[in-house]
Amino acid sequence: MSYEKLNDYMMEKYPTKVYRKRKKGMTANDPEDIQELAVNVRTVPGIISQRGCTYAGCKGVVLGPTRDIINITHGPIGCGFYSWLTRRNQTRPETETAENFMTYCFSTDMQDKNIVFGGEELLKNAIQEAYDLFHPKAIAVFSTCPVGLIGDDVHAVAREMKAKFGDCNVFGFSCEGYKGVSQSAGHHIANNQIFKHVIGEDDSRSDSKYRINLLGEYNIGGDAFVLDELFEKCGIEIVATFSGNSSIDHFANAHTADLNLIMCHRSINYVAEMMEVKFGIPWTKVNFIGADASAKALRRVGEYYEDDELKARIEEVIAEEQAKVKAAVEKIRPNTEGKTAMLFVGGSRAHHYQELFKELGMISLAAGYEFGHRDDYEGRRVIPTIKVDADSRNIEELHIEKDPTRFSQELQDKKSELMEKGQEFSEYEGMMKEMDSGALVIDDLSHYEMEKLIEMYKPSVFCAGIKEKYAVQKMGIPLKQLHSYDYGGPYAGFVGAINFYKDIERMVNTKMWDFIEAPWDKQKAMNASYVKAV
Amino acid sequence: MLLRHTTKEVKERKALTINPAKTCQPIGAMYASLGLHGCLPHSHGSQGCCSYHRSTLTRHYKEPVMAGTSSFTEGASVFGGQSNLLQAFNNMFSIYDPDIIAVHTTCLSETIGDDVSQITQKAIADGKIPEGKHVINASTPSYVGSHVTGFANMCAAIARYFPEKQEFALDQVNILPGWVEPSDMREIKRMMSEMHVPFVMFPDTSGVMDAPQTGFHEFYPKGGTSIPDLKRSGSSSFTFALGKFSSESAGIELKKKCDVPFEVMDIPLGINSTDRFLMKVSEVTGCPVPESLADERGRVVDIITDMQQYLYGKRVALYGDPDILIPLTEFLVGLDMKPVYIVSGTPGKYFTDRMNEILGDSVPEAKVKNGPQADMFLMHQWIKEESVDLIMGNTYGKYIARDEDIPFVRMGFPILDRVGHSYFPMTGYAGAMRILEKMLNAIMDKIDREAPEEKFELVM
Repeated sequence: MSYEKLNDYMMEKYPTKVYRKRKKGMTANDPEDIQELAVNVRTVPGIISQRGCTYAGCKGVVLGPTRDIINITHGPIGCGFYSWLTRRNQTRPETETAENFMTYCFSTDMQDKNIVFGGEELLKNAIQEAYDLFHPKAIAVFSTCPVGLIGDDVHAVAREMKAKFGDCNVFGFSCEGYKGVSQSAGHHIANNQIFKHVIGEDDSRSDSKYRINLLGEYNIGGDAFVLDELFEKCGIEIVATFSGNSSIDHFANAHTADLNLIMCHRSINYVAEMMEVKFGIPWTKVNFIGADASAKALRRVGEYYEDDELKARIEEVIAEEQAKVKAAVEKIRPNTEGKTAMLFVGGSRAHHYQELFKELGMISLAAGYEFGHRDDYEGRRVIPTIKVDADSRNIEELHIEKDPTRFSQELQDKKSELMEKGQEFSEYEGMMKEMDSGALVIDDLSHYEMEKLIEMYKPSVFCAGIKEKYAVQKMGIPLKQLHSYDYGGPYAGFVGAINFYKDIERMVNTKMWDFIEAPWDKQKAMNASYVKAV
Repeated sequence: MLLRHTTKEVKERKALTINPAKTCQPIGAMYASLGLHGCLPHSHGSQGCCSYHRSTLTRHYKEPVMAGTSSFTEGASVFGGQSNLLQAFNNMFSIYDPDIIAVHTTCLSETIGDDVSQITQKAIADGKIPEGKHVINASTPSYVGSHVTGFANMCAAIARYFPEKQEFALDQVNILPGWVEPSDMREIKRMMSEMHVPFVMFPDTSGVMDAPQTGFHEFYPKGGTSIPDLKRSGSSSFTFALGKFSSESAGIELKKKCDVPFEVMDIPLGINSTDRFLMKVSEVTGCPVPESLADERGRVVDIITDMQQYLYGKRVALYGDPDILIPLTEFLVGLDMKPVYIVSGTPGKYFTDRMNEILGDSVPEAKVKNGPQADMFLMHQWIKEESVDLIMGNTYGKYIARDEDIPFVRMGFPILDRVGHSYFPMTGYAGAMRILEKMLNAIMDKIDREAPEEKFELVM
């Protein structure tokens, strides 16, 4: 079927206006001639989208995994309730008594009288009560839709309470759900406030030789634990992970690292950019999803330090891990070779998980992000050409300057030197460059498009989230959740790759689906020899 | 410890809710809408609301939950969501072809004052609603009441829109089942059939939220109350509004619109409220309670008398929704158990009045709180002060149960980590048996787990 015909089929029932708009968000990929996509644009009302809101991106995604910040949702009860423990951010406090508030949900549970008369007093009291009960190091406040509309100044309240306590950092996020066009705006807001209020608060420095930050790793299913172990084996210290298995103390100290490694580019590149401008720390894009990608990422760190001892240790670790991976691939790949996958999730996973499918010999037929921007698809080189629309303009861009004392010229000089040697920094090639020619790239996939795609291609596995899971499975196609990992994982690093191979092998080879057809449907002509029909 | 910061000293809170025993209105409205056949729920607000509600309902049911959203941006929040809603109507009718779109509002659209009825009228006047299709709407501000209120408001919206009064009353009754599971709705319907009573039930999520695997995604599954049935409900001779919090307002609307008399009753859960329900059905319809149901009741009583020693005096902590907690507490008190701590985030004085009446002399030590700050944190503090033998409530209780090593029975909404609630009822005598089995298993598993080897019993 030609791409045009496919478009017509996939969007058969769309009103013309919707058809035209959606068409701009999809293409048949050509890695040699990357097409411009209209992405990070408003979702069409009524279309049934995968997307969530700014609050979800800020409180749920970026700050959700922080265990020692009391995260108070300022608003009616729902937003706090729905983001309570549902994202599987695992965390491991240092000791049995160390602070861990992840299992708690804090909310101001706004009532109608607060909507009418304002909610600032309510918020103040809530912060005070949280402080009195728990004496935390930090309290963060997250604004929900009505807060912005009634004009509560959460930042002023936060400043006042911070000054009052003296020993508790209090800061707010204006992450009302209606801002932006998806979760993505919330990531940006989270980045800004963490940068403003936390990063750089603690200048102490450990004496390890290699010190990096891991950005955009949220420890779903224990991914960050796997990476912690991997880096430890290599002798590299992770100063801070943003924000899986994190402590606010790590964030405060993050500016002392030598290098920022970015995993989920979409959710955290802002912090990396701002840290480079203010503190001179270079950043580079890596990916720890996929065994080969993980090896490449570790080698990248070795190259950065230009240290033979480190490089040798990294090679040892890779060799040891890859031997296990190879054994697993040899066993599993015959059962997965040639099977097909589709991935529609997030702002990086739909790209990164293609690596794992490649290692299984599977073909990624179609992929797209839920809340990606053009740079996530086409690569960062297109950033200067991205048109800033009204929905992006209302997200604050911080103006950052060099820190007069703590900016590291040394790291910047090192970066220039390494760039001359061909090393890449501040670069992300995007998803399309690495996808097959002719594979479909579709942004913000709608439910309708999803069903049409599945009817047409019958992929062996479909990757998306909880809202899609059971609709797809009702169609007889297994769905792998790439937000929650279906309560499995970890999938990062080498250990994670093996877990993923096993899960996919299980999913694409199960005979369970054969039960769907009842025996009386298979064998229509019955011989009624005992009881004759009347 | 999972909840390591919870201490037993209760400090009064006025502003901070910790670990809520409720959520917001719109999710209840969405659930109620799913109980109409061919209905597409629509969330008039920002995308996140719809996404959160669909996710939570999906995790609870392990079923597709289809719903639209007006996808508000900042612009819509300033200028109003009319244009978004009109677009959504057009798109949803063109693409997903529902018979009904059930719009509920959110704190966002309520705060800016969008008038959904008026927008709908405009859509109808402009010919944007196809012939024969229906749009209903409920106002469900998240900052009032709870998810139960949202369910009630959508039920009331259904009752305001569909029922039609015919000249003669029909030989049938209406059942407003309240916020219960599809399995419970199925069970209540079965009891009505056992009694040979013709009825209309709405909403009815059986056959929707427990749809069979057929290899095909039915966008509108077989179940749900049909439009003709909804229309006929206006000519029923009586309405049973089960659960004051979730069904009373719909009962009132039906009375107002079509003059159908109604009675608010407890959801039939446990022996006492099931007895009362069946007696009332019998009284209203003249259909006697059949032997089959009497036998079921007898089997429940038999379990209770057989296992009395394991139930007697057991201290229980309960949290959840008032319409379930009221008959459940009554049931437990009847079993000689002691529901000592009860919290519900849903406000309403009726709850404490009923609880005081039920607990009265039997459990004078009981602590009951509902409304603001009646949360699971408070309940956990009470447990820390003096422990209980059993916790019953939604999945979030598993953190307390594990920390305190207390047997735990999952009940209510949401249950995110087990299956069964959509298939096996808690209502009726069959449901009473299931509650008993679950409680006994939880209590006896702990006895087995902790018994010294020489006291490990084969027969219990």
